[in-house]
Amino acid sequence: MSVLSTPSSKARFDLVSALKRALLAALVAFGLFSLMIGVRTHTGSNGALFLEGRPGLLAIMVGIVFVSTLARELILGERQIELRSLVPPALTAPLQILPKLAAPALLVFALIVPIIFYQNRYMLDLGIMILTYVMLGWGLNIVVGLAGLLDLGYVAFYAVGAYSYALLAEHFGFSFWICLPLAGILASFWGIILGFPVLRLRGDYLAIVTMAFGEIIRLVLLNFQTLTHGPDGISGIPRPSFFGLPFNNEPGGFAHTFGLHYSFTHRIVFLYYLILVLALVTNFVTIRLRRLPIGRAWEALREDEIACRSLGINTTNTKLTAFAMGAMFAGFAGSFFATRQGFISPESFTFTESAMVLAIVVLGGMGSQIGVAVAAAVMLGGFELFREFATFRMLVFGLAMVLIMIWRPRGLVATRTPSVFLRSPKEVDAEDVRRARAKSWSWRRARHD
Amino acid sequence: MTDAATDTILAVQHLTMRFGGLVAVDDVSFNAKRGAITALIGPNGAGKTTVFNCITGFYKPTVGMLKLMHADGSVYLLERLFDFRINKFARVARTFQNIRLFQGMTALENLMVAQHNPLMRASGMTVLGLFGYSGFASAEQAAKDKARYWLDRIGLLERADDPAGSLPYGAQRRLEVARAMCADPVLLCLDEPAAGLNARESAELNELLLFIRTQHAVSILLIEHDMSVVMEISDHIVVLDYGVKIADGAPQAVRDDPKVVGAYLGVADEEIETAEAEAGL
Amino acid sequence: MEYFLQQLINGVTLGAIYGLIAIGYTMVYGIIGMINFAHGDIFMIGAFIALITFLCLVAIGITAVPLALFLVLLVAMALTALYGWTVERVAYRPLRQSFRLAPLISAIGMSIALENFAQVVQGARVKPLPPLITGGFTLTHKGGFTVQLSNVQIMVVVTTVVLMGVFSWLVARTRLGRDMRACEQDLKMASLLGVDVNRTISYTFIIGAALAAVAGIMHLLYYGVIDFYIGFVAGVKAFTAAVLGGIGSLPGAMLGGLLIGLIETFWSAYFSIEYKDVAAFSILVIVLIFLPTGILGRPEVEKV
Repeated sequence: MSVLSTPSSKARFDLVSALKRALLAALVAFGLFSLMIGVRTHTGSNGALFLEGRPGLLAIMVGIVFVSTLARELILGERQIELRSLVPPALTAPLQILPKLAAPALLVFALIVPIIFYQNRYMLDLGIMILTYVMLGWGLNIVVGLAGLLDLGYVAFYAVGAYSYALLAEHFGFSFWICLPLAGILASFWGIILGFPVLRLRGDYLAIVTMAFGEIIRLVLLNFQTLTHGPDGISGIPRPSFFGLPFNNEPGGFAHTFGLHYSFTHRIVFLYYLILVLALVTNFVTIRLRRLPIGRAWEALREDEIACRSLGINTTNTKLTAFAMGAMFAGFAGSFFATRQGFISPESFTFTESAMVLAIVVLGGMGSQIGVAVAAAVMLGGFELFREFATFRMLVFGLAMVLIMIWRPRGLVATRTPSVFLRSPKEVDAEDVRRARAKSWSWRRARHD
Repeated sequence: MTDAATDTILAVQHLTMRFGGLVAVDDVSFNAKRGAITALIGPNGAGKTTVFNCITGFYKPTVGMLKLMHADGSVYLLERLFDFRINKFARVARTFQNIRLFQGMTALENLMVAQHNPLMRASGMTVLGLFGYSGFASAEQAAKDKARYWLDRIGLLERADDPAGSLPYGAQRRLEVARAMCADPVLLCLDEPAAGLNARESAELNELLLFIRTQHAVSILLIEHDMSVVMEISDHIVVLDYGVKIADGAPQAVRDDPKVVGAYLGVADEEIETAEAEAGL
Repeated sequence: MEYFLQQLINGVTLGAIYGLIAIGYTMVYGIIGMINFAHGDIFMIGAFIALITFLCLVAIGITAVPLALFLVLLVAMALTALYGWTVERVAYRPLRQSFRLAPLISAIGMSIALENFAQVVQGARVKPLPPLITGGFTLTHKGGFTVQLSNVQIMVVVTTVVLMGVFSWLVARTRLGRDMRACEQDLKMASLLGVDVNRTISYTFIIGAALAAVAGIMHLLYYGVIDFYIGFVAGVKAFTAAVLGGIGSLPGAMLGGLLIGLIETFWSAYFSIEYKDVAAFSILVIVLIFLPTGILGRPEVEKV
């Protein structure tokens, strides 16, 4: 009898403690939401605020917290620390082999998108936007993923690229093809100017300084009216030509030269392939760099800066090259953005943009090229799906960043392919390394720590 | 230059290091001989690691001169070099008390990172390497061969492509030594290399260190707690206590020094005097 | 001269607000070595809670300003502290053993979430509040220029000074303060010596958030208007203040807040109001480059 009663009493105990926890969570939720959700402030016609009670909504929110905590407690019980186990391995395993299979498939898909969606302007525009973010993600991946430098002002270099092109075109009539490299050079130049003094700082200081720098650039763009037209932005930015052939219905235009019927879509498709090529160049250069000593030094820097210094690596220069390289690709992407939109204003370069690109890199798995591409597609696709819920999606986006850090701190694709190998390159899961280390080390460390 | 000077690889002269009001190292002088294993010992808080950090460029000494002499006669003043330059120019390499490997990178990659500077030159500061310059490929192959040699030496050839963080503790210690050796040093500084090792691992390490000294003619300076290691392999021992040098000499002489015994066992000064009297000093 | 004096008064008031927020940054950084990116948004939430509490009080007929203010202070401090506690519990604690960028990224996510939470539940429009504390003193009246010291300004400065006093006492004299200082020195050692590290960290967040709530109330009373976006800019400036004063140092946070407040005010007054944020952000960059340990911070010895 006692044998039988043990599990049931244990279960009862679990239920009681789970209920307790859920109640506590509900209580906290009530405290948090009581005023913020339970009472809504509205602006009246006379400009003064009036209140609207929302007890129903409050009850629903508290109820959701209660039920979800209860469910989590009952399902996970003691295992709740290991959030990773929430997702069955059957689901994550394909994710790990994803890189090998998915990369070629994705590339082929990306190449034929304009053929599939030739009639669908919306999909083409979405594709262009996703690819722009893929490129930004890959650029930032050099800085954050490889070199481990948390850059929260990445959008500043994007802005420098965009404004470089817009201003050079406006004042000197330079064409896109001249401005593209110039924008990259200018952006990386800014990267060096900013990086040189601040890259000696510790990781989290660097994050704040880069964020401040991003804001400085935005505020200057906003207030330097004579140069940038301030909040009105710059319009009428020249569109790119097909290596000198403009996309118009004139005799010297693209359509006439190739004997095609003029269509507005030509330019869109061209823009699509342009950003695809730019993104692929970014990817190619990154992969190449990873196998060079500089790339290995970046990764070593991310792992342990002090050890790098003890091995004669000039850490400041190494960081600077990562920073400049990342900035350069942002500059390219920026000038592409300017030519695609035909109009830019400081509004496009807020901190939210930096956070978005960072989230793409983090979500995808720092250092993983394919992960970043998938994350960009998933995130922007999701954003498009929930277009109507503009503020909700940012709320969800913020919470998702927190959850992903808890669930998989190294991102969805946490594996890393060694840059050099003797026998065969084995994929390495960063989390597994951490765990193995924590396990085998605990007793040794205790001895001499 | 006298014979004594050329025979010396590192001359530490009047080294003093203050942190605010705390004097961690107080006027310490000693010489490390070329091609020898010099051990720096002392109880906890004696200032050993501080001396090390001064030599390897992590701290800038408050006072003192650290002279490193290469076999070709060139002299480097380490207190004027700082940071990565110590390794790059003076060719002093080190390991750390709390192993600092690049955990997520493979054993091989760790050894490749150590050869960063020559590889950087070979890749034309990345530019040539980016465009597939053939000279870089051969330089990289040479670097790989060197790494392979050391991996073989430390018995980790089989695990070359495993992440450093997943290796057993003892292997990580050896890998860190191998990594330092890949940086092609003239002086190898080891911060408690035997800490946390069991007897077998400790013996393997001793063998490795003796091999490095005899086969590669690299001088070694090490901090050690484990007296068995120190006595077994050192040619010369310097003892620190409370930031001051209290003894300096051959292992046998140092072991019998009552001041050293006192510092280690924590006996009072009077007892040392009695001990000295008993020993007939 | 009169103009200068007036700006000085304004700057000190602003600096007091920044200083109170900066304490939250400096305490958390001192103990767990992490920038609590969401702290600026906690301040914003505090201001919202204060506003809503006040409106609720008016709705139920409590209109006596001193009583209402006292109750607003209590409710806002308590509920904002709950936000601080929850943020640490949900977003930071599970990541304490994780790799070094994880808590920072989680904090950024939390900051975005809080900002948009406020926007979703309370709307994006600015929330005005008619001035509660009116009147003040005219200090001088010369050459057609009046130097005003308003009652709100007096209240802001006095409250800050009182809170600083209470807080210093807490850190210096109480058991909790001792635990906090122990954790600041060495988290691991403190836990070995019987300090409940998790509890101490929780309290740190609670106190930081409560002080941020006070700053939020002051912001509300002083400017009379808030929106969901005030947390971001105030957060960066308060962080600048914490760095300027020397991160980890409590008097430093106050001093830094004061300096940032003064710099911002004088910059607006004598140069250009458009670039006042640029000035504040530039100071952050300059300080970190030339004086990374701040004015009152201890030099950091690298542990090798």
